[in-house]
Amino acid sequence: MLFKTASSPHITQKNSIQALMFKVLLAMIPGTIAMIIFFGWGVLINIIIASVVALLAETLMLWIRKRPIKPYITDGSALLTACLLALALPQLAPWWLTVIGTLFAIVVAKHLYGGLGFNPFNPAMVGYVVVIISFPREMTQWVPPLLDTYTQLNFTETLSIIFGGDLPLTYTWDAITMATPLDTVKTQLGLELSIKEIEHHTIYGPMFGSVGGFGWEWVNGLFLATGLYLALKGIIDWRIPAGLIAALLILSNTFALYDYASFTPPSFHLFSGGIMLAAFFIATDPVTAATTTKGRWLYGAGIGIFIFIIRTWGAYPDGIAFAVILMNMAAPLLDYYTMPRAFGHSWTEFPHHHKVDDDE
Amino acid sequence: MTRSSQQLWHFHGGLKLDSNKAMSTRTPIIKASLPERLVLPVQQHIGEAGQLLVKVGDKVLKGQAVTESSEYISAPVHAPTSGTVVEIGEFPTPHPSGLNTLCIVIESDGEDEWIELKPTLYPNTKSPSELRQLIRQAGIVGLGGAAFPTSVKVNPGPKAHIETLIINGVECEPYISCDDMLMREYAEELISGCSIIQYIVSATHCLIAIEDNKPEAIQAIKTVIKEKALHTIEVVCIPTLYPTGGEKQLIKVLTHKEVPSDGFPSDIGLLVQNVGTAVAVHKAIVLGEPLISRIVTITGNGVQQPQNIEVLIGTLISELIKQSGGYHEDASKLIMGGPMMGFTLQTDHLPVIKGSNCILVENTQAEAPATMPCIRCSACATVCPAQLLPQQLYWMASSKKFDLIQDYHLFDCIECGCCAQVCPSQIPLVQYYRFAKTEIWNQERDKIKSDHARVRHDFRQARLDKEKKERAEKLRKKKELLEKKKMAETAAKKEDTETEIDPKKSAIEAAMKRVQKKKEAKLASDENVNEK
Repeated sequence: MLFKTASSPHITQKNSIQALMFKVLLAMIPGTIAMIIFFGWGVLINIIIASVVALLAETLMLWIRKRPIKPYITDGSALLTACLLALALPQLAPWWLTVIGTLFAIVVAKHLYGGLGFNPFNPAMVGYVVVIISFPREMTQWVPPLLDTYTQLNFTETLSIIFGGDLPLTYTWDAITMATPLDTVKTQLGLELSIKEIEHHTIYGPMFGSVGGFGWEWVNGLFLATGLYLALKGIIDWRIPAGLIAALLILSNTFALYDYASFTPPSFHLFSGGIMLAAFFIATDPVTAATTTKGRWLYGAGIGIFIFIIRTWGAYPDGIAFAVILMNMAAPLLDYYTMPRAFGHSWTEFPHHHKVDDDE
Repeated sequence: MTRSSQQLWHFHGGLKLDSNKAMSTRTPIIKASLPERLVLPVQQHIGEAGQLLVKVGDKVLKGQAVTESSEYISAPVHAPTSGTVVEIGEFPTPHPSGLNTLCIVIESDGEDEWIELKPTLYPNTKSPSELRQLIRQAGIVGLGGAAFPTSVKVNPGPKAHIETLIINGVECEPYISCDDMLMREYAEELISGCSIIQYIVSATHCLIAIEDNKPEAIQAIKTVIKEKALHTIEVVCIPTLYPTGGEKQLIKVLTHKEVPSDGFPSDIGLLVQNVGTAVAVHKAIVLGEPLISRIVTITGNGVQQPQNIEVLIGTLISELIKQSGGYHEDASKLIMGGPMMGFTLQTDHLPVIKGSNCILVENTQAEAPATMPCIRCSACATVCPAQLLPQQLYWMASSKKFDLIQDYHLFDCIECGCCAQVCPSQIPLVQYYRFAKTEIWNQERDKIKSDHARVRHDFRQARLDKEKKERAEKLRKKKELLEKKKMAETAAKKEDTETEIDPKKSAIEAAMKRVQKKKEAKLASDENVNEK
């Protein structure tokens, strides 16, 4: 009788990329539901559009690249990219904007760089950057939180706005969209108003909650909770969100202490915009992040620093996508200079000097 | 001295695995029945193979040496039972390469008759070097699996001072239980062996490290130590974590020290021996018996009666399976060693050798899942006990960057398999590292060869150049000499001609003068005549 041969180890193991991706996707559900509650059906419609386009694009690219379709289409990575991008887009963005962003993420940022595991930049963030640079006006079509309770904008109406671009007769664009809290603060600060004045100036209804942007604080709180769970379970690396949040906290606190009238408080920074989604779900994409333990601290901190810089002095209200892509570029360098000390070696061997042969 | 408060440390990473040891520890160790035929590979250890001492047709007695070697790193092989050498030739042996090696085949005569044994009842009466010699003659090698000659290991050299002897009873690989059972049933022999090794290397104390999933073994050894009132030997119960049984990892756990990457435990005053080796040392010295048998765990879901068997070296695995009730119908994989580091065997018609600790029969039918690309999640780096970056090593091995991969300390990899075990992409990482190591060894061998060739070529070239130069010099000198000679000759000739011409000239001149004179005289006489 001849037995099967194989390389060690011989214990069948349970870990898989698929399990990893779907756990992350599941953990996004509470935060996403909160977003649907606060920002309406557009959130869900965007997710559906992005997911369908992402899966189709993924299948097409796998087929063109002659890769086995089943294991890759079921790995959950395309779906995760689609969801992350969809959550970052304005709720009433036209359908073609979501399609273009998703196509760019999957086709260019992912597959043209070699597919899963080979892309240097976070695909969802590349998709986002492409649409925010190309279609700045459409990218402002954010819905004010709890608009539904005031306007009764229902599912079909939302659908027709996204696909038809036409508003129900009784509405105007100004009535159903508004700048995000981050955007508002930025514009008003530009008008020499103080933070206090801005808080009292909210002509568009509720803008600020108890700690962050109204509505946004709930969304961020839920992403934080499920993100912590993922970190605790070791599904994502806790150092990246820890570095990101710590850097943002330290920077915003320092500046707010220095001049509280012109700089938003740290709580507002952490609980507005997509910070928790970015910290726990976007920046933790292992493919494009740093891989060493120290490298991951620095990588997260770098994103936090760039977010603060762009939010405070940059041209865009929220700089997550740019911050992530900038740090993606730095990841290989971080890895190189944060290589751990190997067992039985001394710290003095670092940084590693490539031996140069005298003969050569 | 019971330092029950022995402080312990951690090594980086490691894995908690299902131990699956209980299935083979339900029954005591049984003795395998005497096989009719034994296949003894000549090389069962790290180092040089010995030369044959027997030929086909020779009668041998149990315990008789059949090979010997004059090399330092080597170990002889002994006949495990009495009988006749019936064949000497190449046979398949359990080795990852699956290649055939030189084996001595002995047909048992059923008598099991020992050669005359020379026991040393009081080892302390002999010098350490005499005891080392006895260990060497007994053919003892490390029984934990590496099979490095023990006589070499217990001789750390004059410069090293061994403070602590560590006896490795960790047995961290799942399924394997031969060391566990050995400690339970041979506790006294083990302690005796420890004392002997301790005496040989003059270690001040001895730690016996056992994982906390083996309470019976810990109890058995503690009882013996208490009975004998030994103060320098101590049992240390350590947490179960794979791969604590690795020499370097165990040292870290017990002492917090790290064996230098390019060094040995003796560099930091330590010596590690496996429990089985210690028992073999006891047998070799106190009983005078060479290493001819060992305990093997037969286990796994693919075999009817998992158990531990004391087996003569050279017994075929198929015999052991038969004595363990045979295979289950769904047996699919035969592994020598544990599930983490063992290697698969294609057939069971292979002999047990000194380093065989376990035969694991698996019944998994499922095909390995498809390998996905690396997503750089670093799960591998988190569990790596050598503190390496397995995914970087993987990228470099797969792109054949063999220079760079050594900067990332490929050769510190102990191939424990933790990285591959947690990889969500199911990449067979260890296979890549083995490939890279083999390639680098080959390149180095080739480089040494080509260096040799280059040196030889350079030497020859230098010799030829020198000869050419010398010849040229010689020629030049010769030429010079010749030219000098020629010049001297021509100079001499010139002088000669000059001297030759001169007399001619003078002769002519003289003649001419004479003629002139004659003419003048004639003219004068003519004139005189005319005047007259």
